[in-house]
Amino acid sequence: MIASFLIQTLNGLASASLLFLVALGLTLIFGVTRVVNFAHGSFFMLGAYMAVSFHELVGGGLLGFWGGAVIAALAVGVVGALIEITILRRIYRAPELLQLITTFGVVLVLKDVVLYTWGPEDILGPRAPGLAGAMWIFGKPIPQYDLLLLVLGPLVGLVVWLLLTRTDWGTRVRAATEDRDMAAALGINQALMFTGVFALGALLAGLAGALALPREPANHNMDLTIIADVFVVTVVGGLGSLPGAYVAAVIISVVKAWCIGIGDVRLFGTVFSFSKLTLVAEFIVMAIVLIIRPWGLFGTPQAAQRVAAASILPMPVPDMKRWWPLGLLMLALVALPLIVDRFTVVLVTDIIIFALFAASLGLIMGIGGMASFGHAAYFGAGAYAAAVAFKAGASFVVAIPTGVAFAAALAVLFGWFCVRLSGVSLAMLTLAFAQITWAIAFQWDSVTGGSNGLVGIWPPELLSSKSAYYFATLLLAGAAILLIWRSVHAPLGFLLRAGRDSRIRAEAVGIDVRIVQWRAIILAGSAAGLAGALYVFSKGSLSPDLLSIPRSVDALAMVLIGGVQTLVGPVVGAVVFITLQDWIVRATPYWHAVLGITLILITIIFPQGIVGTLRQWRQRRESAP
Amino acid sequence: MTAPVLAVEEIGKSFKGFRAVERASFTVDAGELLALIGPNGAGKTTTFNMINGQLLPDHGHVRLGGEDVTGWPPRALWRAGVARTFQITQTFASMSVAENLLVAILSRQKSAGLLAAAGNAHADEVQTRLAEVGMAHAADTLCSVLAYGDLKRVELAIALVDDPRLLLMDEPTAGMAARERGALMRLVAERARQRRTAVLFTEHDMDVVFGHADRVVVMNRGRLIAEGTPEEVRASPIVREIYLGGEAISAVGGGGI
Ligand SMILES: Nc1ncnc2c1ncn2[C@@H]1O[C@H](COP(=O)(O)OP(=O)(O)OP(=O)(O)O)[C@@H](O)[C@H]1O
Ligand SMILES: [Mg+2]
Repeated sequence: MIASFLIQTLNGLASASLLFLVALGLTLIFGVTRVVNFAHGSFFMLGAYMAVSFHELVGGGLLGFWGGAVIAALAVGVVGALIEITILRRIYRAPELLQLITTFGVVLVLKDVVLYTWGPEDILGPRAPGLAGAMWIFGKPIPQYDLLLLVLGPLVGLVVWLLLTRTDWGTRVRAATEDRDMAAALGINQALMFTGVFALGALLAGLAGALALPREPANHNMDLTIIADVFVVTVVGGLGSLPGAYVAAVIISVVKAWCIGIGDVRLFGTVFSFSKLTLVAEFIVMAIVLIIRPWGLFGTPQAAQRVAAASILPMPVPDMKRWWPLGLLMLALVALPLIVDRFTVVLVTDIIIFALFAASLGLIMGIGGMASFGHAAYFGAGAYAAAVAFKAGASFVVAIPTGVAFAAALAVLFGWFCVRLSGVSLAMLTLAFAQITWAIAFQWDSVTGGSNGLVGIWPPELLSSKSAYYFATLLLAGAAILLIWRSVHAPLGFLLRAGRDSRIRAEAVGIDVRIVQWRAIILAGSAAGLAGALYVFSKGSLSPDLLSIPRSVDALAMVLIGGVQTLVGPVVGAVVFITLQDWIVRATPYWHAVLGITLILITIIFPQGIVGTLRQWRQRRESAP
Repeated sequence: MTAPVLAVEEIGKSFKGFRAVERASFTVDAGELLALIGPNGAGKTTTFNMINGQLLPDHGHVRLGGEDVTGWPPRALWRAGVARTFQITQTFASMSVAENLLVAILSRQKSAGLLAAAGNAHADEVQTRLAEVGMAHAADTLCSVLAYGDLKRVELAIALVDDPRLLLMDEPTAGMAARERGALMRLVAERARQRRTAVLFTEHDMDVVFGHADRVVVMNRGRLIAEGTPEEVRASPIVREIYLGGEAISAVGGGGI
């Protein structure tokens, strides 16, 4: 028993080393540039693929493996530098949320670059020469390579630490981390340093990717899997803290390894599989830390949210006299099935569902100022709950409210934690929540159908035709969208905006900003749950894909394309997004890259989105005589 | 004898070993205007933050009408009748002046509704409140485009919405013309007398301080160094020495942020 615990601990420490290298790079970059680089997981993946290619080129042996690791790390460093120079440089002054989305655009582009270059199959990487065997400790085997990794992580950490404390360059980097303005005043060439730090951070991630090869094949999920873990590590360790990154990486990895080590346990007559609970364990660790120290183990309490006044837009109460466009639109929507073909009806049903999904995110993100990178958690929860209820014998009329209620309950739970954080930490937390929800759906075979999902979830006879279901969707989702719009100009919306505009003033006039935000999250979560429930009955099936990070980012993209902080923006964004997607997916397999480039361009050039930009133009025209 | 509206007892706060405020004590009675003055960095805003709950004092107590309210969050203090304006104005930038007041009014209800339109219900009250501070004409102007002096007035209107028993004003007239300063302070003084509001304010403009305060306390490097009527403080040699570097007080205008 003790022996197996020891083995699992060593195993966990080996994983911690890889996680630490990636988190270290992320933290270095954040310290100097204040950008949380979403694409850091992509650098990890790129490192793995490049090492595989190098190995294929020169063959096995010491050179093939270790040379490959070094070359891959350096190559990823160069890629990082190029990305910094072409993209990152343009967003250093943008709001945090936009920065995250820009770097997620990079994630999408790199995903397709990997797909294009290396193909869709997993590729088995080289083993470390001479270390393929196992060592025996207390009669149990432990891979030699794990023992090496265990030492290698802290060793690289030490090298970076020496670089930071013993060299001139390191001193300047630390000065810039402590105080950017001061560093600028001292005449430190910031542009060059930023590029250098970014390249170093990317290099570390690339190295970790190459070193991960003996443990897992190069595959397409590496990027988001590792970044979700790294975000958890960063939230637990404290954003910007190097020791925090290591300690948190160790805690998370070791707890996970223990769960696997415990395996199946018989409790009260039922078998509990701890090995399937690894992500839940991760969640519990994170939750405990957040309850005790919301800013992380080694972090410092966040300074007041920096909300640039310029990034806040007014929210005019809609002029009732000008509501005829809405009336006209309603009429067109009602008449639609009579005019167009069946495929278009299905497409518009999709659009309406995603419009609700986007509008619900718009409420917490635009009006509430809370970034969410995990909104798909509620969408998926609604879909799964409705589907499971349906499979258990509930009718459509019961299944839909079940979906909404379950999503609301999830929002109550997640929201409680979310309102304790803000800015990028919040964004990372929401992403981790969604990832955990995904893992539960993926692993809980007996209820969710695991990776296959569930099939045969169809609406009742009455709604079985595409146009009948379209009307049901229009009615339910339309009502929910109107409710969200209404709430923006109701007391809830005002208090929510108040907390966003000036938290300190809001609290000083008696508003409990956290409670208000929590309510908004619950409202938005329920609405997203309704969207999910409607979605699953329109498709007839579902899979864990519904909960994945790209789904969450789809919602973000819709809100952003339409215009965050505008009332109709998210809905407009959903229309544009789904239409474009439908069209591009048919034309090219590289939809991700197209979406990624779109996100990068929007965040850099049109951060106000379609509706915001149109409004600006109109205002400019009106103010000009 | 009844307890003073505000009693500050030996409060102190350090930032990483730097003592911003040390053992400060004073009281403010109902209907009284107390000025807290001192050079830049003296610790005035830090004192305000401890009284209003933005900061937790390292030691000491804050009492409101005798009740110990040390460590209460700002929102609880607001419900107990403490209102505040900020040195760096804090308003809701995406909203109009009227909506800024509306928010303060809406916070009275415990739960924020989803369906009722917020806009029209309190229009009359908002107008009256704005008229009091001379901002009725700007009701529909966005706060983000207001001049600094006007923002200060909006902040005052927000603070007065619930008729506080204690009003804290951190440099209420900064950014205003001399005549406007007098008008604003007269308004506050009149309210204090009529409704028995206790007022604590900081100010760098000595005309404002000596023209409107009933009493003055002087702070330097975190410590209270003098207290008395405006005349006494004006005459005090220590105050002249430390606070004004020997210059005649009346010669010092505006200054500070
Ligand atoms: N959050 C903080 N962290 C560190 N130091 C602080 C903090 N807040 C204030 N200080 C320091 O405490 C001292 C007192 O600051 P405070 O803002 O209270 O002064 P003040 O009297 O209001 O000055 P002013 O007239 O310029 O407004 C200053 O030296 C300031 O730098
Ligand atoms: Mg001050």
